[in-house]
Amino acid sequence: MNDDFFSKLPEVAVSSLLDAIPHGIAVVDRDFKIVMINEFLEALTGVALADVQGVYIDFVLRSNIAQRGRTFREVLASNEPLVIEGDIVSRDRRKIPMRFTLAPLRNREEEPAGLVIVLDDLSALVNPGGIGPDIDVTESIIGQSPKMREVFDLIPLMAHTEASVLITGETGTGKDKVAEAIHKRSSRAAKPFIKINCGALPESLLESELFGYVKGAFTGAVKDKPGMFRLAQGGTLFLTEIGDMPLPLQVKLLSVLDDREFFPLGGEKKIQVDVRIIAATHRPLKQQVAAGEFREDLYYRLNVLHLHLPPLREREADARFLLNHFLRLFAERTGNSVKSFSDEALQLLLAYPFPGNIRELRNIVEYCVNICQSRRIEPGDLPKYLFARINPDISSAPLPAQPAPVPVQPEATGKDWQGIEKELIIETLTKTRGNRSKAASMLGWGRTTLWRKLKTHGLVNPAEVSIDKEEG
Amino acid sequence: MKILLTVQENSIAPRFDQASEVMIAEDDGQAGLAAEPRTIILPYRSAEELSDLIVKEGVQCVICGGIEESFHKFFTWKKITVIDGVIGGHTEALQRFLAGELRPGMVLPSAK
Repeated sequence: MNDDFFSKLPEVAVSSLLDAIPHGIAVVDRDFKIVMINEFLEALTGVALADVQGVYIDFVLRSNIAQRGRTFREVLASNEPLVIEGDIVSRDRRKIPMRFTLAPLRNREEEPAGLVIVLDDLSALVNPGGIGPDIDVTESIIGQSPKMREVFDLIPLMAHTEASVLITGETGTGKDKVAEAIHKRSSRAAKPFIKINCGALPESLLESELFGYVKGAFTGAVKDKPGMFRLAQGGTLFLTEIGDMPLPLQVKLLSVLDDREFFPLGGEKKIQVDVRIIAATHRPLKQQVAAGEFREDLYYRLNVLHLHLPPLREREADARFLLNHFLRLFAERTGNSVKSFSDEALQLLLAYPFPGNIRELRNIVEYCVNICQSRRIEPGDLPKYLFARINPDISSAPLPAQPAPVPVQPEATGKDWQGIEKELIIETLTKTRGNRSKAASMLGWGRTTLWRKLKTHGLVNPAEVSIDKEEG
Repeated sequence: MKILLTVQENSIAPRFDQASEVMIAEDDGQAGLAAEPRTIILPYRSAEELSDLIVKEGVQCVICGGIEESFHKFFTWKKITVIDGVIGGHTEALQRFLAGELRPGMVLPSAK
């Protein structure tokens, strides 16, 4: 060993020594002002030692452990090292979980001289789900188009504030999902998320649902009802179809939003609430305001933050992406072996405008997966109402044989039996290229039964019906 | 223009989300102040509550210490200027801002 190594160490090696250690290190004096920080900490905090020598350490560290210097003072006074976990905000605006080791420094006279603070990055040890992107959000709302990327960027931003949010967008664009995602990303995530459809209930019922009532408030009020505002205490109240809320209730809602308190129906005691409001509507609220159908003051109160969800037709390649996503989802869920769409089926689907947006797309894919008997979805497996809506100029694919030019309603995809039966008949007639005898045979019915059902479902030409009447 | 500074004693608070006090000033458009700045003591430390206050107050510029990216993005989206990473006294920070000299990450002489 070089004999003069230790004698020269303090002069030459302290900064090199600190720089060689792969942790952020700060040496501070008795007033907790910076004497030295190593290169690692310089990189983490974005400051140069020369600029911050003599600056109070926590102005540079930006930690959550300092408690205005109390933590540092306690370590210095106790002369005992302290290991504490917390976080810092780095130069690139990341909150990084850290383990801080604070050790007192003594001079040659054993008097307190300062502290050495060592930062150990815990990012790799902390569950990334807790600090990274919300898995729920990305799983439940999907899309790759620039417009949806904007939405994805806005969700965490909106979660980071307490302000009211107004979500607009056509039906089926995912307003509910986005509202829930905002709630889940917010500091209110552990508290309730309560949804109420303002368009689904008559005024008096909606009022009691929202604000609750006390026993005896009206005939039938046999016990107290807390109401949605109270149930959502500390959490988020999602008012969907806010554009359908009756005007008198809008006044009461505005008053609650301003005062954060209200009287339940028949109650004499004010109830204090801490609830964040997210509202959604498919209606043009601004036009409703102009028409006097929606209160302007409530509109501005709700519209502090505005998020518009684009319809599917404006989401470019998302339709294809969503079709494949839901195909995989339903094939997996039903245990079906359907793997893909044929080129023709895909072309037809992509030409369809999806007025019901993602909800409709999802239902169509579910229908296809259930109907399809092979591994590939062909045009014949698609709901027939699509063909009536697809622009024939766009679709150059050969359409399957149509039974007759009959008015087929989109409601045929509904889940009631009448709808299913109608679809089944159309489906079978398509397969038999309009041959009713073969179709009846395939369905296990007599020709008369099929004819009766065709008439019931409006699947015959009026001319045929009149001939039938004349013959009858 | 309304300017909000996160404050800890006489300095810019080191962290936006840990700030317990803010100062709101309004410039007169001629590198001066329209009125005496007012100080608000926050009921509790919360970046969400503070963001809400900033939006509701119609603040157009936030001067602060460390701030998380999501909040920075949020303010940018709301067209609110953020001058972050500032180290030093809040009076000097405000003066420099009014003089058009304050930059993100600045370590002011009053910091020492």
